[in-house]
Amino acid sequence: MSGLEDLIQAFGFPFMQRAAAAGTMIAVMCALLGVFVVQRRLSFLGDGLAHAAFGGMGIGAFVIVSSGALAQGGALLRNPLWIAVPFALLTGLGIAWVRDRTELSSDTAIGVFFAVSVALGVLFFSRISPDANIGVNVMDLLFGSILAVRTTELAIIAAVAVVATTLLLTLWGRLAYATFDDELARTDGVRSRALEYLLFGLAAVVIAVSATVVGIILMAAYLVIPAAAARIWARSMASMTLLAVVIGVSTTLAGVALSYLFDLPTGSAIILTQALVFVAAAFTQRR
Amino acid sequence: MSRAARTDEGAVRVATVAPQRRVPVVHVHNVGVRFGDAQILDDVSFDLDEGQFLAIVGPNGAGKSTLVKVALGLLRPQRGHAALFGRDAGDVPERIGYVPQLKTFDRTFPATAVELVVTGLRRSWPARPSRREREQAHAALAQVGAEALVDRPLARLSGGELQRVYLARAVAREPAFVLLDEPATGVDYLAEHDLYDLLERYQARTGATVAMVTHDLAAARYHASRVLVLNRRVFGFGLPDDVLCDACLQEAYGHVGHTHVPHTHRHVPRR
Repeated sequence: MSGLEDLIQAFGFPFMQRAAAAGTMIAVMCALLGVFVVQRRLSFLGDGLAHAAFGGMGIGAFVIVSSGALAQGGALLRNPLWIAVPFALLTGLGIAWVRDRTELSSDTAIGVFFAVSVALGVLFFSRISPDANIGVNVMDLLFGSILAVRTTELAIIAAVAVVATTLLLTLWGRLAYATFDDELARTDGVRSRALEYLLFGLAAVVIAVSATVVGIILMAAYLVIPAAAARIWARSMASMTLLAVVIGVSTTLAGVALSYLFDLPTGSAIILTQALVFVAAAFTQRR
Repeated sequence: MSRAARTDEGAVRVATVAPQRRVPVVHVHNVGVRFGDAQILDDVSFDLDEGQFLAIVGPNGAGKSTLVKVALGLLRPQRGHAALFGRDAGDVPERIGYVPQLKTFDRTFPATAVELVVTGLRRSWPARPSRREREQAHAALAQVGAEALVDRPLARLSGGELQRVYLARAVAREPAFVLLDEPATGVDYLAEHDLYDLLERYQARTGATVAMVTHDLAAARYHASRVLVLNRRVFGFGLPDDVLCDACLQEAYGHVGHTHVPHTHRHVPRR
């Protein structure tokens, strides 16, 4: 059977369809956020918030086990995401607040929250008995398990994708203006400070939801590489945004397909496909 | 002054109206700004009337850019208040054309000249400027002699070209007040004088009020109708010849030897 037939057959499997759907939605959200993250020189933000999600998952898993919720309730209630998402959101807003209120640079503010979140995650995961089935594998959390994405997670990702994409597209003009020149935008009535908090909050929620699927280690690359490659080719912010979405979605689907065909870890296959596009962009850059 | 008006009943009502003082374009009253222990502005007050051209001069760290931020409503002073056209700057953004310092420009941002000019029309970043917006932007760029730059990436423009594009953006919606923060920084002598000529032409055509922060005392003397000498507090505000004297400047700048104001050989128009 040819590779193409293998692929067609592969995307007939429900788990592959869920992986493709989750990957596409994550790629769109991350690309839309990524253009602002890259242009605002916040590339470290993806790492910081993904690790905040790890801390939140640790706290969430501990709360679920120690409260006895494992034995009751549906799969939705037993998901540590319910704690990981608000925890990441608080972390995102905390980073924005430190940037706003102190003279610390973004990477320093992110670094502080990053370290504290990892410490909390390790602390709480260590307090859970190895026999407890919390539905979260720490290794999957770190390196991703997009092929294992369940319907519940897909529904959560879809809900977040609808809200995040709508907000980002609606506010795109004002976000882009404030990204170009915060002060100039403010003289034109753009509420750039509120937009920055919103951007950090949205990034936190999107990353927390996506990191459980893509993997915490690879999350930052998902946010940065498509936007960075698009920046090399694009001449305008609008074309950069569109290109980032196209690169993000196409490399995600290609990565999922490659991982199936060659039995590769899916997260790695996606990121390495994105990296190939980035290298191609760097080599073909117009000077 | 008397004013007559016919009422519904046909009777003539006569009202006496006191002469109204025109609201100044810029009103700064008793403004004080402090960052931590540093007093940046102290008791700064002045009014700028319609049609005037103000140069704000002073040494580095004098609080000139802080004053611009206060006037634009970007910074709330701890004391006093500032108003543009009698209102908070945030209430009248369509009447203000602002040209920021070029050093704040991010050359990594992917943008063309026309997109930046369109921000002055729609007050957000355009994903795709409409045909009408492109025509308006083209007209604004033509007004400053930069129509050839319309689709050029901003990152590839020289300091002088970039300054023209920013000026086109500021005047695109024909504001009644144009505010420039150190517009000559990073541009050569000719580009700087082109900029002043463009400002004067715009002012002559529209009757707009102009204020600019500058380190160029000769340009202040030649182009401005009012000069504000600032070093945390106001050291002088008035006609250029009155406040740009060596004694006034030595007091404001704090040291002798850097304050002599060169006179240009050109005729100095007075407004």
